[in-house]
Amino acid sequence: MTLARRIIPCLDTDGERVVKGVQFVNLRDAGDPAALAARYNREGADELVVLDIGASRDHRPTFLETIRRVAAELAIPLTAGGGVATVDEGRAILRAGADKLTVNTAALRRPALLTELAAEFGSQAVVLAIDAKRVGDRWEAFVRGGRDSADCDAVAWACEGASRGAGEILLTSMDRDGTRSGFDIALTAAIAGSVSVPVIASGGADQPSDFLDVFVEGRADAALAASIFHDAIQGLSELKRYLGRHGVPVRLAEA
Amino acid sequence: MKISLVEYDAGNLPSVERALARQHIVCERVATPEAVRGADALILPGVGHFGQLMRTLAARHLVVPLTEVIARGTPLLGICLGLQALFAGSAEAPGDPGLNLFAGQVAALPATAKLPHMGWNQLERRRASVLLEGVSAGAYFYFAHSYAALDNGDIGDSAVAKCDHGAPFVAVLERANVLAVQFHPEKSAEAGARVLQNFVAYAAATQAQPKSGA
Repeated sequence: MTLARRIIPCLDTDGERVVKGVQFVNLRDAGDPAALAARYNREGADELVVLDIGASRDHRPTFLETIRRVAAELAIPLTAGGGVATVDEGRAILRAGADKLTVNTAALRRPALLTELAAEFGSQAVVLAIDAKRVGDRWEAFVRGGRDSADCDAVAWACEGASRGAGEILLTSMDRDGTRSGFDIALTAAIAGSVSVPVIASGGADQPSDFLDVFVEGRADAALAASIFHDAIQGLSELKRYLGRHGVPVRLAEA
Repeated sequence: MKISLVEYDAGNLPSVERALARQHIVCERVATPEAVRGADALILPGVGHFGQLMRTLAARHLVVPLTEVIARGTPLLGICLGLQALFAGSAEAPGDPGLNLFAGQVAALPATAKLPHMGWNQLERRRASVLLEGVSAGAYFYFAHSYAALDNGDIGDSAVAKCDHGAPFVAVLERANVLAVQFHPEKSAEAGARVLQNFVAYAAATQAQPKSGA
């Protein structure tokens, strides 16, 4: 009886479509969100994340509709976010069908937002997304989709975020995002070893051994990836069987 | 037969509706004392804060009707916070009484484990269960909570399955018509769908039998 490590496909959406970039730029089309959601639900994903990477006010109704369409396909938890800055915006995302919401830029600008969201929806529904990049001898948290440094130590920010009410950390290595060169194990271990809430590692996934490393050495509670799943480079069930064979507790499809 | 979902402005009610709809199970939302009293079977969904749930139920005058219909034998399924609400109270909201169908207090899970207890976990079964009928022994269910009914013995035979996260706690509770799960069946893929089906089948079978005194 052990809490399983989770494998989480991520849909980055811009308008009505799923897109994928490399190190947060060079976006290309990767499919219909509801169709991908249905596929991942069927293939044994433990959870799904949908992020509105455009996150412009004009696109918000489109994003809420995407959440509704995706939620209708899922019998697993759904996390959604992108540009959430107020409790009302968070409520709209949860009402559209998400179980948890992510916050990033707005929480760095005003950390009390985390406390407000947790008081309203419970910590289990509040995921602090941190985009971290190596700068000198530390990792800095970046905002606005990785455009600006918040001049803030990512490990310290993760600790503060958890203490202010975030129930989970979605940690993306900007250095590894889209590069398929493996998760940033040192970054993940630094944060997972410092916070008391679960950590989802993101950025750089390629081989099954990358997932094994991030769970064992990186001490991640969950691992997220996008393009390797969208492009069917990596099958979810074979990845989980691999992890199971290597001693990582995973939820395998019902026999 | 119709399944009635108790509405209290919070939580996972739409997810439960979607999960029931996927299985073509008819359901409705109930938010008034009359609607609760007229229900064939009730689901008390729940995500959020114990105090907020109990205060909303009280403000809508639903506490007395709920305890009445449960005493009369109406099948009830509590989910997550809906399981915790069946107890006398919770450390999450010390001033707010629960429905008190089970003595004892809901407590915080120990901080020795990562909290919330978030993700898929397995169950340890204690005895035959209505809700877990046909569910394989190793099945995983999705949990998302920081408080729980700790398994300290007072719940006795009603604790049909437990789970463990820093401490053992009650994952499935069954006593006559009162059924509850700490996990989210509506988010637990096929295993969760089976739990919901089992509840609906139990409720339908209960309704088919004449109620004493009815």
